[in-house]
Amino acid sequence: MSERVAEPGRQPGVIGQGFANLWRGVRGEPRLFAVATVGGCLFTLTGVANSLVLGEATDRVVIPAIRRGHADWSAVALAAAALSVVGLARALGMLLRRLAGGTVVFRLQARHRHAVTRQYLRLPLSWHQRHSTGTLLSNANSDVEAAWAPVMPLPFALGALAMLVVALVLLVVTDPVLALIGFVIFPTFGVLNVWYGRRVWPLYSRAQQLRGEVSAVAHESFDGALVVKTLGREDDETARFAVRAEQLRDAMIHAGRLRGLFDPVMEALPNPGILLVLLVGAIRIDAGAMDVGQLVRVAYLFTLLAFPLRAFGWVFGDLPREVVGYDRVDAVLRARGHEAYGPRTLTAAGPASLRLDAATYAYPTADPIGDATADPTADPTGDPSEPASPGDPSARPVVDAVSFEVAAGSVVAITGRTGAGKSSLVNLLARLVDPQAGAVLLDGVDLRELAAGEVSRTVAVVAQQAFLFDDTVRANVTLGADNTDDDVWAALRRAQADGFVAALPDGLDTMVGERGTSLSGGQRQRIGLARALIRAPRLLVLDDAIASVDPRVEAAILADLRERAGASTVVVVVQRRSTIALADEVIHLDAGRVIGRGRHEELLASSPRYAALLTAYEAAARAAGAIPAPAVSGLAASGPAVRELEPEAAP
Amino acid sequence: MTPAAPPAASRASQPTLVATFRRLRALSPELTGGLLGTLALALVATAGKVVIPVVVQQTLDRGLTDDGVDVGLVAVAVGAASAVIVLTTVATYRMNLRLYRLSEGTLATLRVHAFRHIHDLSMLSQSAQRRGSLTSRVTSDVDQMSQFLQFGGVMLLATVLMVVYSWPLTLLVYAFFVPLFVVTRLVQRRLAGRYAIVRERVGELLGAVSEAVVGAPVVRAYGVAERTGRRIDWTIDRYRSAQIEAQRVVAGVFSLSELVAALATAAVVTVGVALGVAGSLSTGRLIAFLFLMTLFVMPIQSMTEVLNDAAKALAGLRRVLDVLDLPTDVRDPALGRTVGRLPAPRAGGAAGHGTAGHGGAGHGGPAVVAAGRDLPAGPLGVRFDGVGFAYPDGPPVLLDVDLEIAPRTRVAVVGETGSGKTTLAKLLTRLMDPTTGTVRIGGVPLSEVRFASLRGRVLLVPRDGFLFDLTIADNVRYGRPGADDMAVHAAFAALGLADWLAGLPAGLATRVGESGSRLSAGERQLVALARARLADPDLLVLDEATSAVDPETEVRLAAALAELTRDRTSVTIAHRLSTAEAAQDVVVVDAGRIVQWGHHRALVAVPGVYRRMHQSWAVGVGTVAVGSGAGMAGPGEGAACPATPALTADARPAPPTRTSRMKP
Repeated sequence: MSERVAEPGRQPGVIGQGFANLWRGVRGEPRLFAVATVGGCLFTLTGVANSLVLGEATDRVVIPAIRRGHADWSAVALAAAALSVVGLARALGMLLRRLAGGTVVFRLQARHRHAVTRQYLRLPLSWHQRHSTGTLLSNANSDVEAAWAPVMPLPFALGALAMLVVALVLLVVTDPVLALIGFVIFPTFGVLNVWYGRRVWPLYSRAQQLRGEVSAVAHESFDGALVVKTLGREDDETARFAVRAEQLRDAMIHAGRLRGLFDPVMEALPNPGILLVLLVGAIRIDAGAMDVGQLVRVAYLFTLLAFPLRAFGWVFGDLPREVVGYDRVDAVLRARGHEAYGPRTLTAAGPASLRLDAATYAYPTADPIGDATADPTADPTGDPSEPASPGDPSARPVVDAVSFEVAAGSVVAITGRTGAGKSSLVNLLARLVDPQAGAVLLDGVDLRELAAGEVSRTVAVVAQQAFLFDDTVRANVTLGADNTDDDVWAALRRAQADGFVAALPDGLDTMVGERGTSLSGGQRQRIGLARALIRAPRLLVLDDAIASVDPRVEAAILADLRERAGASTVVVVVQRRSTIALADEVIHLDAGRVIGRGRHEELLASSPRYAALLTAYEAAARAAGAIPAPAVSGLAASGPAVRELEPEAAP
Repeated sequence: MTPAAPPAASRASQPTLVATFRRLRALSPELTGGLLGTLALALVATAGKVVIPVVVQQTLDRGLTDDGVDVGLVAVAVGAASAVIVLTTVATYRMNLRLYRLSEGTLATLRVHAFRHIHDLSMLSQSAQRRGSLTSRVTSDVDQMSQFLQFGGVMLLATVLMVVYSWPLTLLVYAFFVPLFVVTRLVQRRLAGRYAIVRERVGELLGAVSEAVVGAPVVRAYGVAERTGRRIDWTIDRYRSAQIEAQRVVAGVFSLSELVAALATAAVVTVGVALGVAGSLSTGRLIAFLFLMTLFVMPIQSMTEVLNDAAKALAGLRRVLDVLDLPTDVRDPALGRTVGRLPAPRAGGAAGHGTAGHGGAGHGGPAVVAAGRDLPAGPLGVRFDGVGFAYPDGPPVLLDVDLEIAPRTRVAVVGETGSGKTTLAKLLTRLMDPTTGTVRIGGVPLSEVRFASLRGRVLLVPRDGFLFDLTIADNVRYGRPGADDMAVHAAFAALGLADWLAGLPAGLATRVGESGSRLSAGERQLVALARARLADPDLLVLDEATSAVDPETEVRLAAALAELTRDRTSVTIAHRLSTAEAAQDVVVVDAGRIVQWGHHRALVAVPGVYRRMHQSWAVGVGTVAVGSGAGMAGPGEGAACPATPALTADARPAPPTRTSRMKP
């Protein structure tokens, strides 16, 4: 039935699509929606009934009683009872419509949110890299909300439609001449509402956008407050802000001009109808064609009917926003590029062997949102010649035909300058991304041929900045696996984290806060390491993971790894010379390629670039050094030896 | 200066609506401009709403009498009413326009005021950023308030007419609606609680989703998508239930008022007939009464939502006014006034009157010299005399600091986290004022120096080197507006950064992205140094970066820093002891006091805070500490610090020998 409403609109694209979405919503919750619509109809139709009862009461009870000077009290009681019953039904209708209608919308939103967030978890990292956190959050929140917003007033609008039909029929029955007035006024009313809804939306959305800009300027300016202040630029900043604030003001006034006109016109529109009814009614009564009760009925009808007709405006006004929101969410839901998994499993125990075979990876070009639908780079079998703009430097492979082999149980260090491709290489090893060419093989099996869950069972990665969940220490280590507390403590000990965890107020049950904010950077890293160690991975990958901890702690951690070499194969991305020296073999990356391989001493002797890199590290270490830690001033001997060297590091 | 008192005083008693309005008018005088005209329009607009019941009554009572129909009278009444309706529609439109202009204009003024005021607040107001977010959140809920006031007007006028028609029936109507009103008020409070839960649940939801998005690599690497998904599902469902709960309250209120309206109508009809039979009410008046009642239902129905919005708007407004009430504790003496409640130049003459009532007193401290002074020309020296600082209600951060820095000296301030070294830098650049004692630059007490002179000659380079979302050139120019690209380029070249600049995709025109996110932390610092170079201050205060950057940038930074501090007075808050090694003088701060001072070589030679710090640092870096056998060099003329252990002043030490390793 919703399709029939679509006819008065222009721009069939938005209207058509908007109503298609509405229909989807209706089909999603058919029963509750029906209840809401019944409620809506009950509400509007009792409005009609109300005017009927009032008209009858006027005619049969009020006028005769007042004229004759005595009343038929049973008739009065009947009229009062009728009015009350109609009112009760009307209240019931409103309750049904609001309760059921709200529940429909909230359920639809929740279902949509379930779908879109599951999709976030399903889509590969390469897809995530192209979409900002802010965009994905608003997809799951405000876009979903917009997508179902017009469903809320829809039952009311349908009720208004039913009421319109009944009212017009009633008018015709009551008096054909008066009906003509209704036939002019009511449709005008509906059309005006639709027109307004469509016109005002772009104005408010522009204001909304400007509001965002005002907020962005304020945000940036306050972020840089220290710079603004120390350079004495407050006046200029205020001027910059004032420009945006005034643009917003003008946009709001612009929208207000339309709304300020529309509101009084809408309010006034039934009035000419009522006045006409009175005038024409008086003439008709004079001619004996109708009675006073009928006149009151029609006049009251006009008063009551004006409001429900505004529901059309609400539905139509929300349609453009609905379509945009729905399309955005839909783009996420339709994004392809889930990793394809093979059937194979790894049965061997002990350390895994690793081989890279001309593995090549380029970042997918950053694209605006909405392009997520057809995305060749996210397709694991996709062809690597995706439509990257030729001049875009980011399309250059960050890992360029890299081949090497790591024997089971060995410790390999990967080093190179910033931007050499080390972290991208790590992502390939854990199959966080797939190479566009070449292959990564574990125990001789291409990662893409392994069954789902095999890679994460075998490989554990500790990133440069460990990500902690807003959960307990224990949960952050086990990630929901069934480990005993002894296991957890053992892992924490190996990660040199047992000391500070034991000192936490609730030990393993301490909540670490959002992103682990209650812990220092170095503490978070060690929890992240424990998380990897507890899984006894067959391949452990440390991506410059412990650089932010105290060198002595790092040495202890590495000593432990070294000691247990043979249990895991270890690939470690490093900058510190002391760490590099522990490795069986060093791989020197530069601009995505392997430019040196061998033992540390050999490389130092044979590769001038390697020697230069290490010298640069030394110099940087001297310059950057460590900052004096609070621990070392006398307390060091007594307190736990592990204190952060970077207490002031920004989170 | 103790900036705590005035806002606390004004916040203690919630300001009345009138007081809030007065404050607002003081800030934005246009608020009352044309107020009478707006009120007149509102009166006309309201009259339009009751014209229909009046015409209905006239028609029924006088047009359609037992003696027949007086079509002429009805026509006159209808014609007059039509004219009134046109008039009132136009009046409503004009009034709405005025209200929109008024509220949006006031909001814009308020926003700009608040923005400026937040910038004027000292760094002491640490939560300035949080307050800043309030500025942008001042929404246009004001139009909800105007709607609320309009409803009030309509109800009042309807009541007057109802009393005219029949006072017993009016009492009857009120007997129904007053209890409804009371119930609605109570429910509104409950609803506010429900909405608070809804907002909280959205927060949970967004938190869980952002974990899945930001933590995408971990979720994938550890195969915990299912677990993460369940957690999100849980928050989604909780959000949904909270929404449905809130909706339940709204639905209940609306239905209840609908029912009460119907019962009132039935009662009015019954009692009306009785009154009519008794001869005290005409048919027309009774029917008109029923029409008037419909004007009652809508406002009461919407009241829960309107009240909720109005309360939120008012709360938002008060929060912004609270921000504006925070005194600018560090004031530019050039403004020539003691601390006022508003920045003097923009407040306008009348501002003081409306606000004198609450708080404000007892502040301002010593009378500030009217015009302020300029710093003397030439290199600048620094002197601290008995300087102490404490945050309001906090323990002292600095205690009784005496310090003298000669012009053109390179001084490093070292100390552990929380020792007070950053506070020292903030006092030095007058981002805050000391609680006790005086800071002098070039012999002039800082509180007397005009900001225009101070900000041009003394510059703090903060640790994070904040960049705006502009090009490199514009970010550097931020230090000296109007400088051309040549000058900007020269600044980079002087710091030995020309090659780095050349390596950027678009050179000077490279955009740095939001907060400089397209550059690395070290590169942002490079741009900040170029900005300082272009600003060319006589006293440079550097808060050194702590985070390790990649080796190449690190080497560049060190060289640029060495170049930047050449030939000017510089005070570096050193987080790396290598900086201290290279400085002419080292000031060691511990627990808010200066405990040691002198040249690095002298300080490592004696037991104390500095030597301990240096030893542990050297272990971390993996290099052996510098030769302790080197001759004890004294502090030189640079820093003279009476409170320190005796270190004999000696000849000015030679420039440190190891600076060469800072060169690339």
